[in-house]
Amino acid sequence: MKKTMTFAAALLAASVLSGMASAKTLVYCSEASPANFDPGTTTGGNDFDASSRTVYSRLVEFKHGGTEIEPGLADKWEISDDGLVYTFHLHPGVKFQTTDYFKPTRDLNADDVVFSFDRQFNKENPWNGDKYLPNLTWDYYTGMDMPKYVAKWEKVDDLTVKLTLTEPNAPMLANLGMDFASIVSKEYADQLQKDGKMADFSTKPVGTGPFQFVDYQLDSVIRYAANPDYFKGKEKIDDLVFAITPDATARIQKVLAGECDVAPYPNPADIATIKANKDVTLMDQAGLNIGYMSYNTTIPPLDKPEVRHALNQAIDREALIKSLFQDAGATPAENLIPPTMWSWDKDVKTDTYNPEAAKKVLADAGLKEIQLWAADRVRPYNPNFQRAAELIQADWAKVGVKANIVNYEWTKYREEGKKKDRPGAFQIGWTGDNGDPDNFFATLFACSAIGVSNYSSWCDKDFEDLIQKAKKTSDQAERTKLYEQAQVIFAKQAPAFLLAHSQVYAVVRNNVTGFKMDPLGIHRFDGVDKSE
Amino acid sequence: MMLRYLLNKIALLIPTLVGITICAFAFVRLLPGDPILAMAGEHGVAPARYEELKQQFGYNLPIWEQYARYVGEVATGDFGVSISSKRPVLEEFKTLFPATLELSFFAMVFAMVIGIPAGIFAAVKRGSWFDQSLMGTALVGYSMPIFWWGLLLIIFFSGYLGWTPVSGRIGLQFFFKPITGFMTVDSLLYGKWDAFRSALSHLVLPAIVLGTIPLAVIARQTRSAMLEVLGEDYVRTARAKGLSAARVIGVHALRNALIPVVTTIGLQIGTLLAGAILTETIFAWPGIGKWMVDSIFKRDYVVVQSGLLLIALIVMAVNLIVDVLYAVINPRIRAA
Repeated sequence: MKKTMTFAAALLAASVLSGMASAKTLVYCSEASPANFDPGTTTGGNDFDASSRTVYSRLVEFKHGGTEIEPGLADKWEISDDGLVYTFHLHPGVKFQTTDYFKPTRDLNADDVVFSFDRQFNKENPWNGDKYLPNLTWDYYTGMDMPKYVAKWEKVDDLTVKLTLTEPNAPMLANLGMDFASIVSKEYADQLQKDGKMADFSTKPVGTGPFQFVDYQLDSVIRYAANPDYFKGKEKIDDLVFAITPDATARIQKVLAGECDVAPYPNPADIATIKANKDVTLMDQAGLNIGYMSYNTTIPPLDKPEVRHALNQAIDREALIKSLFQDAGATPAENLIPPTMWSWDKDVKTDTYNPEAAKKVLADAGLKEIQLWAADRVRPYNPNFQRAAELIQADWAKVGVKANIVNYEWTKYREEGKKKDRPGAFQIGWTGDNGDPDNFFATLFACSAIGVSNYSSWCDKDFEDLIQKAKKTSDQAERTKLYEQAQVIFAKQAPAFLLAHSQVYAVVRNNVTGFKMDPLGIHRFDGVDKSE
Repeated sequence: MMLRYLLNKIALLIPTLVGITICAFAFVRLLPGDPILAMAGEHGVAPARYEELKQQFGYNLPIWEQYARYVGEVATGDFGVSISSKRPVLEEFKTLFPATLELSFFAMVFAMVIGIPAGIFAAVKRGSWFDQSLMGTALVGYSMPIFWWGLLLIIFFSGYLGWTPVSGRIGLQFFFKPITGFMTVDSLLYGKWDAFRSALSHLVLPAIVLGTIPLAVIARQTRSAMLEVLGEDYVRTARAKGLSAARVIGVHALRNALIPVVTTIGLQIGTLLAGAILTETIFAWPGIGKWMVDSIFKRDYVVVQSGLLLIALIVMAVNLIVDVLYAVINPRIRAA
């Protein structure tokens, strides 16, 4: 009781103080215009920054700055023993935002949750197709295999929702923290449908998130205000402004000139300038990505783990990373998953540079020639496939292996590369979706992914058993153990050469507090404050 | 006579128009890779879903049928719907075009106000150090890469000196619903002087950057046109009559020298729209140039295709107007 009183007093004092201070505006120089403000329909990180992470909330949330799941609109949830039924208990009294264009008459309830998902797959739902927006594809809902795993969503009562799965799938919880799983207002949707203005749902968003939408000047400025009814408490910032600034150098000059407070993705060439400036801080973190090179483990002599290890050892990885990423830097990858992700095993190490040892093994195996694949694209996890191929080619030449570089245009490249019998070493990479290890291990190296995204055509029974078990287990501690064992097998079997996790940067003015780099690559402004 | 001339010019536009629709249409189809797979990214797309999307976007039809459909839609004013934003392309274009127009206008004013007098002066003082250095500078200006020039100005004037804002169209504190879409006009309509000043200060650097190439071209064209006219008999006659040098140059010579300059200015509109693509991207200027670049990165083929067509239509319209103006100021053209 005493604790509650103290808390209430603190809250009162805080609100009085904040009322006295003048309006605080935080300006974020974003890198691109959002496609629209309905996170179910969009796919870009900049779309999500502008919609799901500002305006909306989800049943569960990712911990700010991490990949762990914490309660969101659902205070708590139960998962049945067979892993098939998820029961979510909604936080009572959550209010949707009151704006010029919508005044909610009721609090958030189970209908909103059911509607938020139903509209993404149910062809009968008027919001699923052309009546709402033309050419809707619901990319993330289908991309995360939701249609395969979800049997049904049901309202139990106003504050209880039940999700039934077709088979156990532990990453489901992480999926529900993703942007496409943002909870929208059914009452607002109904109102727009009645008024014949359904398209407004994507341009004038209403959610339960920390900030509410005020205005968008196309391709120029987005304005938000703190949501006074936010169920986790009103934000310290009164106004949030996104100044859309696509050029990376201009973005950094704007932060340095004080025209904006936070800006993402500086040019590598500008990093020295930023570090030299005492008004701003350069924040960095290993991104939720991995650059790697898959060996086809079904074609001799690459079917032997020792040959794959030898090829790895022949590559001077440190020099390669330096040459590819330059000043931007990258974290050398020891595991398939980046160190920011839960279950990352710090004790597992990948091969180290040892051309002498490699030479002998490769000579014994009789490996003289190999195909080395390079695409024509810049990817976050590999800024230059061709340059990487040339450097690896030179390293392999030193151990007596002649690499023939194979080039294709990006789309064709992946089509050819995923074929089961594609020969040689194939450079590729991955950017994670939901911060769940399954999204790396199973997506990239499950037996069922051969011919789809398992570019190594690698099917190892022990590894497969572990990741399938982890997929069906809902206890995170147990899943962590399983993934740690999987990482040991991966390192031992070496189905791929692991390159690096590229570094992600943001520039922040020093008077900004509470801004955190996010391993999921999103930019969040809840909990951020600014001093004068 | 004038009407026939005009109809003639318009008739000539038809093959150009057909050519442009083919180019815009072919451009998207000729890009390497399948548009649906390109949109899907690393995730890829399941075969069943792929077929569904192909049908949805009409890529399953024979190519001539796709073209016929496209021309039919364009002819009825339907420029399609953006793949990423799902808004009608024409609507986005209308919202963004005033920004490009405003920037182009100020860039042109900058180019003319400096270019024409400089060209006249260089012609009058032919061979002087001013003439030499002006022509040298014009050549540099003409060959300047816009991207580099823009960033250089930002780093020096906004970063180092802090005189001008880095980018954007107006200070973020100013916030009003657009009336005409032109910030300088709207701020005055709302009676906000500080907003007007802010809009002007945001225009300075991008207008200079965008106006640099036209400035160089106009200065050179004015100089050579003036040199030609200054050697004519009627100028000598005017001088012989004892008219002041200012009157000879300003009235007798300039009026005739301006004819080719007007054409040049008209033709620079195409250059301006091309330059706008880079300038707008650097200065975060919310116009159609930046819109096109964004759409290319997003692989929004519908916007790229229709955007190209709309820009081409505008350039054609401007060229037509220039042709007509030319005929108005030089009646001999009409008969030809």
